[in-house]
Amino acid sequence: MTPQTHAPVHEDAAATHHGHSHGHGAGHGTFKGYVTGFVLAAILTAIPFWLVMGDVLESKLLTAFFIMGLGVVQIVVHMVCFLHMNPRSEGGWTMMALIFTLVLVAITLAGSLWVMHHLNTNMMPMSPEMMKNMP
Amino acid sequence: MSETTINEQEERQFYLTEEEHHPEGSTLLGFWLYLMSDCLIFAVLFATHGVLGRSYAAGPSPADLFDLPLVAINTAMLLFSSITYGFAMLEMEKNRKGATLAWLAITGLFGLAFLAIELYEFYHLIHEGAGPMRSAFLSSFFTLVGTHGLHVTFGIIWLVTLMVQVSMHGLIEENRRRLMCLSMFWHFLDVIWIGVFSFVYLMGVLG
Repeated sequence: MTPQTHAPVHEDAAATHHGHSHGHGAGHGTFKGYVTGFVLAAILTAIPFWLVMGDVLESKLLTAFFIMGLGVVQIVVHMVCFLHMNPRSEGGWTMMALIFTLVLVAITLAGSLWVMHHLNTNMMPMSPEMMKNMP
Repeated sequence: MSETTINEQEERQFYLTEEEHHPEGSTLLGFWLYLMSDCLIFAVLFATHGVLGRSYAAGPSPADLFDLPLVAINTAMLLFSSITYGFAMLEMEKNRKGATLAWLAITGLFGLAFLAIELYEFYHLIHEGAGPMRSAFLSSFFTLVGTHGLHVTFGIIWLVTLMVQVSMHGLIEENRRRLMCLSMFWHFLDVIWIGVFSFVYLMGVLG
């Protein structure tokens, strides 16, 4: 970087520094954004509770699918409306960290369930008598 | 940063001088990275519950234990506390100290209500003989939900600390930065709770 390109950035930072800089840092919410997020989150919470408590759907699999699907949608709503997640905040680094974490979370969850499921099905069958004599 | 110092540095630059124009942004990025590592802790606990969640050891199942209306109230408490914290941040932007403190206090009360309901639920479960030692399912349940509750507890302690700081020193730059960090922490806990009520409670009761 040459000093010529540097100088305006410094001036800009100095100007916005006092009045709480808006250029970088986590995004700032608006009243509308928070209320929108709240209403969406309330609806997305109410639907899965209603599905389970009211025993609405016949198929358990479909209900489970809806619960997890709506949960994911609600997490996205919270991320955008409450945590002000966007690809530009912090020069894109928060988004990068989030994506990296999501990959790790996916590997952890899928890997654990997959490995433990196979371990479970390949275990030697046990009779109740053997179970009683377990340490 | 004046023009002269930059000219002096022109000859020899031994280190990057770029960071200087990032007075508060780096704190928030660092805090975000902490939250991501916290997210991994919860991911592991969710995975544990996913593996052990059906091992009842001939004990009670989620359908026998969980009181969904209570969980719904609990969820509402945390959601209300999220939006009231949002309102506190909006008042902070407008430089209104009193209103910020008021909204923070309301947030704290909702957080306390959440904790009280959760502790009542735990007490009720243990009283029924469904404590963490009863089965693998209950061990992982208490670990996961208890860790979340512990986070909320520390969030409330942090909230009270910041309320004292703001009332003593006002909405100075440092306090704004701290409030933004706690804002991220608080909303993050609500995000984790979405996973808890969906995966642990609703999927558990569904069977």
